[in-house]
Amino acid sequence: MANVLVSAPKQARAGEIVEIRTLASHPMETGFRAGTNGTLIPRDIVREFSCSYGGVTVFRMELSPAIAANPYIAFHLRARETGPIVLRWTGDNGFSVEETVTLQVA
Amino acid sequence: MSYRRAILAAPLALLLAPPARATPEAMREAMRAVLGTAAPRPGGIALDVPPLVDNGNAVPLEVIVDSPMTDAAHVRAIHVFNEKNPQPLVFHAWLGPASGRARVATRIKLGDSQRVAAIAAMSDGTFRIAEADVIVTLAACFEELT
Amino acid sequence: MRRIAALLAAVFVASLALAQTPPADPRRSGYADMAPAVRAMQDDDAANPAMLWVAEGRALWSKPEGTAGAACATCHGVAERSMTGVAARYPAWAPAAGAPATLERRVGLCRELHQGRPADAPGEARARLALLAYVALQSRGLPISPPADRRLDDARAAGEALFERRLGQLNLACAHCHSDNDGRRLAGAAIPQAHPTAYPLYRLEWQDLGSLQRRLRNCVVGIRAEPWPADDPHWVALELHLTHRARGMTLEAPGVRP
Repeated sequence: MANVLVSAPKQARAGEIVEIRTLASHPMETGFRAGTNGTLIPRDIVREFSCSYGGVTVFRMELSPAIAANPYIAFHLRARETGPIVLRWTGDNGFSVEETVTLQVA
Repeated sequence: MSYRRAILAAPLALLLAPPARATPEAMREAMRAVLGTAAPRPGGIALDVPPLVDNGNAVPLEVIVDSPMTDAAHVRAIHVFNEKNPQPLVFHAWLGPASGRARVATRIKLGDSQRVAAIAAMSDGTFRIAEADVIVTLAACFEELT
Repeated sequence: MRRIAALLAAVFVASLALAQTPPADPRRSGYADMAPAVRAMQDDDAANPAMLWVAEGRALWSKPEGTAGAACATCHGVAERSMTGVAARYPAWAPAAGAPATLERRVGLCRELHQGRPADAPGEARARLALLAYVALQSRGLPISPPADRRLDDARAAGEALFERRLGQLNLACAHCHSDNDGRRLAGAAIPQAHPTAYPLYRLEWQDLGSLQRRLRNCVVGIRAEPWPADDPHWVALELHLTHRARGMTLEAPGVRP
C-alpha cells in the first residue's frame, strides 16, 4: 500500500540544490483529544523523519503532536553524486516506513 | 491566608489549575533549552506562515534562513515553538552543508490564535529568531465525533 | 464638445460590449473563497494530501481481489482511459441496484458483484474511498455533466424538494444557507454555494479524505436533524440535485477544503 509520496527530481547537475517534498499517511493523533466516551485517545504520531543520501544522514526532524495529520515535510539537498536518497518515518506503535528514490547526478 | 480561606480556595485552585498546556512562559522555557544563555537576534531568518487561517488543523509553515550553507558557515538546526498548543514544541530539524539551502516546510496544528517562533542555530554558535502571530478562525459547522 | 462626444461614444461602445457578453455565471466553487494557503494545497499534487488516497487507489485498481480474483483493471483496463469523465456524470442509474447510485456506491457494487468481496463497511471504507479518489482524478478539469437519463428524474426532483425543505431542530433547509446567504459568513467560515466541484476532498477539519455524502451528513447533523443511514436514497437524491445545479462547472477533484 502506498502510504508515502515523495516528489524529487530524478536528475540534477553536481552542486545543484534540489527540493525533496514528502507526504505520509498518518493520523498524527495528538494524545490530547478526548473520544466520544470522554477518555483520551492515546497518542499516535510520527516521532522522527530522516533522510540519508549516499549513506549519510543529511536531514533529520523530530516531530511533535503539533505536526498536522498526513505530515508534509519539504527540505533541500545539494546534489553530489548519483545515489539513493532514503527517507524514513518512524513513530508510535511501531510505525516505520522507508522509501528510496534515486538521484542521477550528471 | 487563614485556614478557612485556604480550604475555600483549594477546590478553586483545582478548577483553575491549567490542564497541561503551553503558555508564553512554557514556550520561552522550551526555547531556553535550545538557546542556553545565548540571546537570539532577529534578521536573516523568515518565518512564513499565513496571518489568518480558516482551520488550525493544517497551517502551512516554512522557515527560510539566509546562509551560504558551506562547511564554514551554515545552519545547524531549525526549531519551531508555539505558545498555546498543549506543548510548546512544534519541531526540531537538523540540517547542514549537505542541505545546500536552509529551508524547511511543513504543516502544523494550532489549537488557537497564537504566536509561533522559529529559531535557527548557526554554525558559529549564534542564534537567529523570527516570530509570527497567526489568527485561527473558528468554523460554525463541524463534524461531531461519532 | 468633442470630449463629450468621445465620452458618449465610449459609453455606447461599452454598453454594446456589455450587451454582447453573456452574463457572468454567478455560480462559484468553494475554491474561489478559500485562503491562498489552502488553494495552494489543492493546486499542487505534491502538497495535496488527497494524493495519498489517489496513490492507494491506483495500487488497488490493478490488485486482484475477492472470490472472482478480479482487479478493477480486469474489466476496465487502463483507468486513465476508461474512467475519463465517469466521475463527472455521477450519480447515475445503476442497473445492479435498480436505482440511482453515487459513484462511491457504484464502486462498492463493482467490488461486491464483480470481485466477489464482502460488502464494504457502511460509511468511509478506506479502500472504496481510495478508488473513488483515483477514479475522480480521471475527470479533473472536465465539466460536471449529469446524464439526461429519465430514470433519474424522480430522484432528482426529490433532491430538489429536499434542498428546499426545512429539517431538524434548527428548522433550516439547505437553501437557507447555501442559496439565500451564500457569500456571507457563519462564525469565521464563508458560506459556500454548495457546488460539489471537488469531491472526494481532503477537509482540513476532518484531517481526512471524505465523500460528498460525508459532507452532507455533517450539514444535516449541523442543523440538528437525524442523518439518514449510509447510501440512503435521500443522499443520492440530494447529490443528483446538487450535480444538476452545478452542471457545467469544472470538476476539481480531489480537492482540499478548510
